[in-house]
Amino acid sequence: MIVLKRDLQHLKNSNDMVLARQKVRQWATELRFSLVDQTKLVTAASELARNALEHGKGGVMILESLANGTKSGLRLVFEDQGPGIADIDLALKDGFTTGSGLGLGLGGSRRLVNEFSIESEVGKGTKVTAVRWR
Amino acid sequence: MNQLAEIISRNEDKIRAEWIDGMTRSVQRADLISKAELDEQCGALLGAIIAGVKSSAPTDVSAASWESARELLQSISASRARQGFSPVDVATFVLSLKQPLFASIRDTLKGSQDDEMFKTVWAATELLDRLALITTEAYMATREELITRQQQELLELSTPVVKLWDGILALPIIGTLDSSRTQMVMESLLQTVVATNSKYAIIDITGVPTVDTLVAQHLLKTITAARLMGAECIISGVRPQIAQTIVHLGINLEDVVTKAKLSDAFALALDRSGRTVTRKDGVRASANPISTLLEKREE
Amino acid sequence: MERIPVLRMGSLLLVTIQVDMHDKLALQLQDDITQRISDFGSTGVLIDISSLEIVDSFIGRMLANIAAMSRVLGAEAVVVGMQPAVAITLVELGMSLPGVRTALSVEAGMELLMSAVAKAARGWEDDRPQT
Repeated sequence: MIVLKRDLQHLKNSNDMVLARQKVRQWATELRFSLVDQTKLVTAASELARNALEHGKGGVMILESLANGTKSGLRLVFEDQGPGIADIDLALKDGFTTGSGLGLGLGGSRRLVNEFSIESEVGKGTKVTAVRWR
Repeated sequence: MNQLAEIISRNEDKIRAEWIDGMTRSVQRADLISKAELDEQCGALLGAIIAGVKSSAPTDVSAASWESARELLQSISASRARQGFSPVDVATFVLSLKQPLFASIRDTLKGSQDDEMFKTVWAATELLDRLALITTEAYMATREELITRQQQELLELSTPVVKLWDGILALPIIGTLDSSRTQMVMESLLQTVVATNSKYAIIDITGVPTVDTLVAQHLLKTITAARLMGAECIISGVRPQIAQTIVHLGINLEDVVTKAKLSDAFALALDRSGRTVTRKDGVRASANPISTLLEKREE
Repeated sequence: MERIPVLRMGSLLLVTIQVDMHDKLALQLQDDITQRISDFGSTGVLIDISSLEIVDSFIGRMLANIAAMSRVLGAEAVVVGMQPAVAITLVELGMSLPGVRTALSVEAGMELLMSAVAKAARGWEDDRPQT
């Protein structure tokens, strides 16, 4: 598997979130994902970017277009240096939240993509990786 | 390395002619591609190869200077895949360039140190092997695309959405309902809902062999998505065994309207959309409303 | 700051969301709608999202909030024109927006509002003590 293209989007304020959504939409269109898959990608990106911004106190989103044999895909990585998640399994359950809101971000986003993983250390930060293949 | 570039450019026409002649009739496929077109393709490819070999990356075909050669190979390969050439034909198209190329190398470097000839021949063979691999990869990608498209069409054909009446759709599902089929069903149904502005969709599951918790979840997803758009779903074709399974499994269908027969579901949808069925002689039809005349009730 | 316009049409409020809203804009919209309902005594709010290509959990909650707040203020709300891809994604996310009325189009939405408002009015009259 190889990475064909790479880009970075800072997530420091709510305007960055709009930019992040636009970038993901643009890349998904270029990779010729179907409309429904594009919508799922952009929505997942919105959820995860918001998490990084609100709970992670800001971070970055890395976009990578992938090629694995004849498959093409889009990988999104969200990294923050926030408080981290103590219990990842609990966080993935729908309805879980530490702050305001319904906390659907993580569990819901996982269902919108093909591959999903979380690395987190309390006090250090969180890294969420999401991949959708075409 | 410039040796190779020199040799190819100086003998370009001879190499191209020998290349085409050397292609056995099966690779040429005169039935699929004309001699003139073949000549053009070979000429263009040879030109692109010369440009690549002359560049700073003479045998690294992934470098930028080889982009036009790569694109050329990919498009030639893709079009041949679509036309029906075999994968062997396509790879041989590139590999048969070795013979005339080696011949030219031998003629030019005859008499020079053995090492020189060997190095140049080796560079040429490495180059052509890599180009042949690109061809094969592109060929496979095109075939996969074709297969995927056919699979898609098959899926679409197996979940037709039927317009029963103005604003009332029916979706008969035949076969098992797994998650990928559900995605197809949802997309197909919802797009038709928008296109026909239909408020009611009857999902008939007579043809669904078993309904377990997973299948029920898939159905519920479809119903919820339709509701979010402003359309109402009615499930019909619930067989007695299915009803028993649903209750045994404790599946909650409280917010879902279900009917045993499609005709009952249709009657309900007609009623909900403000329509009534009457007979021509004015007597209102009772039990089964699928009769001759349907009148839209005046608002 | 730009705002999403909230238009008045008789006793109804009409909102068309066409842009990708950032969070502040969404919260401003919530405020504007509740303020207008109060100012005009509106009995219905129609929110047209037919141009909205993305509805994430934040926007979903906003729509649910608007519906709930409107009801508390005595108005009914309806969300119309959700795109199929959006509906499919929301369901996958796990949002079903239970308290939100929906309709396929602006016309259908208006019909729904009229009958919902009429029903609410009748309910009140039935409760009124006989004089």
